[in-house]
Amino acid sequence: MNAAITPQTSAAIPLRYSLPIAGVAGTSFKHEHLAAILDDGPQRGFFEVHAENYMGAGGPPHRMLERLRRDHPLSLHGVCMSIGGPAPLDRAHLARFRSLIARYQPALISEHLAWSTHETSFFNDLLPLPYNKATLARVCDHIDEVQEAIRRPILLENPSTYVAFRSSRMCETDFIRTVAERTGCGLLLDINNVFVSAANHGFSALQYLADFPLSRVGEIHLAGHTEQNDAEGGLLIDSHDGPVADAVWKLFEIVIARCGPIPTLIEWDSNIPDWPVLKEEAAAAQAILDRHVRRTRHAA
Amino acid sequence: MQPEPLLSYAAAFASALLDPGREAPRMVTGPRGQSTLKCYNVYRNNVTVSLIDALAAIYPAVQRLTGPDFFRAMARFHIRETPPTSPLLFEYGRDFPDFIARYEHARSLLWLADIARIERAWLDSYHAADAPPLSPSALAAVAPEQLSSLMFTVHPATRLVRSPFAAVTIFAANRERVSTDRIDASTAEDALVTRPEFDVLVQKLPPGGAVFLDSLMSGCMLAEAAAAALEESPAFDLATNIASLLEAGIFTSLTSGGAR
Amino acid sequence: MSAKNTISSLVLAGAVSTALTTLAIAGPLTKAEADAAIAAKKEKCFGVALKGQNDCAAGPGTTCQGTSTADFQGNAWKFVQGGTCANIELPGGKHGSLKPV
Repeated sequence: MNAAITPQTSAAIPLRYSLPIAGVAGTSFKHEHLAAILDDGPQRGFFEVHAENYMGAGGPPHRMLERLRRDHPLSLHGVCMSIGGPAPLDRAHLARFRSLIARYQPALISEHLAWSTHETSFFNDLLPLPYNKATLARVCDHIDEVQEAIRRPILLENPSTYVAFRSSRMCETDFIRTVAERTGCGLLLDINNVFVSAANHGFSALQYLADFPLSRVGEIHLAGHTEQNDAEGGLLIDSHDGPVADAVWKLFEIVIARCGPIPTLIEWDSNIPDWPVLKEEAAAAQAILDRHVRRTRHAA
Repeated sequence: MQPEPLLSYAAAFASALLDPGREAPRMVTGPRGQSTLKCYNVYRNNVTVSLIDALAAIYPAVQRLTGPDFFRAMARFHIRETPPTSPLLFEYGRDFPDFIARYEHARSLLWLADIARIERAWLDSYHAADAPPLSPSALAAVAPEQLSSLMFTVHPATRLVRSPFAAVTIFAANRERVSTDRIDASTAEDALVTRPEFDVLVQKLPPGGAVFLDSLMSGCMLAEAAAAALEESPAFDLATNIASLLEAGIFTSLTSGGAR
Repeated sequence: MSAKNTISSLVLAGAVSTALTTLAIAGPLTKAEADAAIAAKKEKCFGVALKGQNDCAAGPGTTCQGTSTADFQGNAWKFVQGGTCANIELPGGKHGSLKPV
């Protein structure tokens, strides 16, 4: 892989893509795929990375991301901002997020409706929050703060959850819609999360999508999940370790038919397959997106 | 300051995440009549497994030496005692080598904590700032009378790990996954960890080399560093050490102390 | 610092010159030659040299997903002897071994 990377090391990155990427499918970027991606040459499609993995001072992660960024649009996906936590945002972390955005100029920027840090402990998981007036105000404050710092709107992702809070007073879609209206943020609709939460909580995924403010969606996530069965009936785990489930593909088709093509990402974070497998998943999403571009054009 | 009750959810939710002996927080319920504990345990499991996996990714040689079952049990104790404090996962595990040194079941592996120290240094080097290594010609251009007061800026990716055991040999045999013949652990070895370009390099320093480099890293002048190295090891060879350090790209710039 | 270990300028100059000659292999040292020598030998180092494995051991990344591995329970665990540590000897013929409670 080195040969592909060393020739033009610290040169400034010529940014060939600064515009949003309507109707394009992309994948998570994994370092082990870089050589294969470069062998393919510049392609339609975009790549998404977790912001925190590129917050080191230097080294191979930045070299690889710079090389990728030269030919492809990028989506920067924050994992650890704790927007859904009651504590103030970590200013140092926000500053790192801001400088990463300045450096790589991503087409898309997103974060989660979740939290992962409490006091001094970082739990490395997307933890849930109750939906009520107090948390709504806190989440809106946090999103305002992020958007002011980076001077761009972010996309907020709906979570997959396994428990409910007694102190919740609103449903998730109402909560998310109000956050988007108050802060002007866009939304990242994770359709696998909708499917997982719907199965776990026993609500209808279709009803959730009907209630979701689809006009604000700037990106879609698709991923695989796992089923954990026991005598009580089991749970779905949002594990990102396999192909997208058929039911999730169906929901995706329904959403795209309703709102037209939206940038769509295949997330695959564990048991990562060879590049051709991941590329094939993205091609499947692209085919659905393209079909609806044609339909939209015919209709017009 | 007491948070308003509606915002105390994080404290309550977090309190039992790393303690499997505790009940699930009363503020949450399992949906569809499923057991609250079972549903809450999904989060416990995500946190614990992802952090054990993080330590396994930072310390692959330690895991190979102990076997994965032992490693995961040891790591589980560590994350409960010392969860991460930074959202940057590559910063995690700085206390793990000291934990290993104290861990009762690993105590007979006296050298294991030093292997962990080299692996932690490896990851620091991997993420350190980039800088072009000093060209040997810069040293060739220094006037002989200025050499003794010469000071070097050490590359940001350079780390030094000293061990009374054969830590570099054990590390190399287990990080590279080469087959291991018997290794005599009793020879002291010092590890130089650096990354002149893309790849992290781990090397065994020659006698006196660690004191020489440590002195230069802490700002000593060349003559002082050489004297300190000779003090520790009469076998210290200045020419070989300078050549090797230059070759490994350990320096980024030099200044003549006299010119200050 | 003891007087016997004071390094004279002459000794330093000799050592630096030897070092630079070693690096450039032989001959007079021009800047181009020295740079070429270091570029060619960048990966070759003294002692045990270990090239970093960036592809398979690059440290942990963050997660935004759950895991299907079940591994959070209790403080009790079954002791399992494993790994390569048994190949490592300390004086007195003591081999490395992990100790159960």
